[in-house]
Amino acid sequence: MAGASTRRVLPGFSMTLGFAIAYLSLIVLIPLSAVFLKTASLTLEQFLGHVTAPRALSAFRVTFGTALAAALVNVVFGLLLAYALVRYTFPGKTLVDALIDLPFALPTAVAGIALTAIYAKNGWLGQILEPMGVKVAFTPTGILVALIFIGLPFVVRTVQPILEDLDTEYEEAAASLGATRLETVRRVVLPALLPALTTGFTLAFARAVGEYGSVIFIAGNMPLVSEIAPLIIITKLEQYDYAGATAIAAVMLVASFALLLAINLAQGWTAKRRGRG
Amino acid sequence: MAGGGLSLHGGGAERFEAKSATRDPAPVKALVLGLGLGFFALFLLLPLVVVFAEALRKGLAAYLAALADPDALSAIRLTLIAAAISVPLNLIFGLAAAWAIAKYEFRGKALLTTLIDLPFSVSPVIAGLIYVLVFGTQGWFGPWLAAHDIKIVFAVPGIVLATLFVTVPFVARELIPLMEAQGTEEEEAATVLGASGWQTFRHVTLPNIKWGLLYGVILSNARAMGEFGAVSVVSGHIRGLTNTMPLHVEILYNEYQFAAAFAVASLLALLALVTLALKVAIEWRARRAAEESHR
Repeated sequence: MAGASTRRVLPGFSMTLGFAIAYLSLIVLIPLSAVFLKTASLTLEQFLGHVTAPRALSAFRVTFGTALAAALVNVVFGLLLAYALVRYTFPGKTLVDALIDLPFALPTAVAGIALTAIYAKNGWLGQILEPMGVKVAFTPTGILVALIFIGLPFVVRTVQPILEDLDTEYEEAAASLGATRLETVRRVVLPALLPALTTGFTLAFARAVGEYGSVIFIAGNMPLVSEIAPLIIITKLEQYDYAGATAIAAVMLVASFALLLAINLAQGWTAKRRGRG
Repeated sequence: MAGGGLSLHGGGAERFEAKSATRDPAPVKALVLGLGLGFFALFLLLPLVVVFAEALRKGLAAYLAALADPDALSAIRLTLIAAAISVPLNLIFGLAAAWAIAKYEFRGKALLTTLIDLPFSVSPVIAGLIYVLVFGTQGWFGPWLAAHDIKIVFAVPGIVLATLFVTVPFVARELIPLMEAQGTEEEEAATVLGASGWQTFRHVTLPNIKWGLLYGVILSNARAMGEFGAVSVVSGHIRGLTNTMPLHVEILYNEYQFAAAFAVASLLALLALVTLALKVAIEWRARRAAEESHR
């Protein structure tokens, strides 16, 4: 470290680092600390009262449960799509590849009203599904649909480059040793993709836990049934219950930090696998 | 978390299908393609089609009227203002952070890199909440701001701050891996030959990172214009004053003005499509530039 500073030839280190840290502190870190400072001003009973209220507990369950289910669905179909995009040729492939990123680029509120228009009772698909007894909009299933939409690109875009780099020698070796194609995929391809799938899963899950815009239109927002934790924060803020909103936010933030750590670990794992590959 | 970086992929599927050892049986291929593309059509393509179909449901005249509505125009204006302030500021931050992180070694570098990504992990609703806690009437600076008659929350500055927060990482996270991969040799050579820091950056670094930079800018612009949750918390939803386009979509939708809501939404969807088209174009240019430099 000390040696490095004497070898610094390029100018601008203290200026750029100082600016970056000051900017990040002002915009992100200091405002975020307000959540924990405000929470620290509550007594333990007050805090627990807010975060273990039946409505809050139900919201946590709905939020984390649907996020988990959506991330799992995305792992399966994200893998299929990444595999199809890397290994197959088919008409419209360029378009499909480009539109995978749509959920990154499409504002969440637009996704929310579009999905509601599809799955509402007289919507595009709702009018077919509801007579069959399948209710999607205004139920937790609707939340699931919205979270699948926003999470899909995370899995496809983490798996795709790894699959492209995957050396086919191992697959050829497995085939020449008599493995069937299915065995080869299960025992050679999938293990190589495991770190990337884990990263994609964690990214999709983390994004889904905090998601608000695409969910609130389709969720119906019924307390104890289809109300998500971010909405509880908004509701409490509208009632000027700042302490209650902050307590819920503190729980969500701790979950976010834990997930960020998990993402870093998973990405480290992926990078290590890739370097060895 | 979003964006993924400039991956230089594309092509090459033919080589898998040409070799028997890596070729899947036809029924497997049909199944994978059927399931994958069916899922794609249901979850990605259909919502996109629905936005434009619903927007034009009442005809072109109603569509244009919804966009020419004064409240819609003021929402469009505020969205453009928020993006015009937050994108350049985060561009400067991204350049500074990437320069420090990619070109030097220092203690706490990994921590700083993680902290830059933090806004991607935080719920947008919390991104709005924190500014209410800092600048709201009950917040840290609430009494002082009220005494000086300055409004931040439920006003335009709050919307800009919330937009800044959610778009902080975009440019930095595109540039850091790109600048790390390029190393410091070229810049050091320029400096040793007498170039100033600014000259080195403009003539050596910038040409190397321009496509990644542009990519970060269009992604952060799309997010800045489309942000909903964070902006919703700090906006106060005052029509004609503190409504951005996504918030205007919500208000129209909740008033059952569906065609008008989808009309404004279709502008945002167009923005998304332009963003994706630019992304493809930038990846293509970056790939070509990389191939040329290899030659």
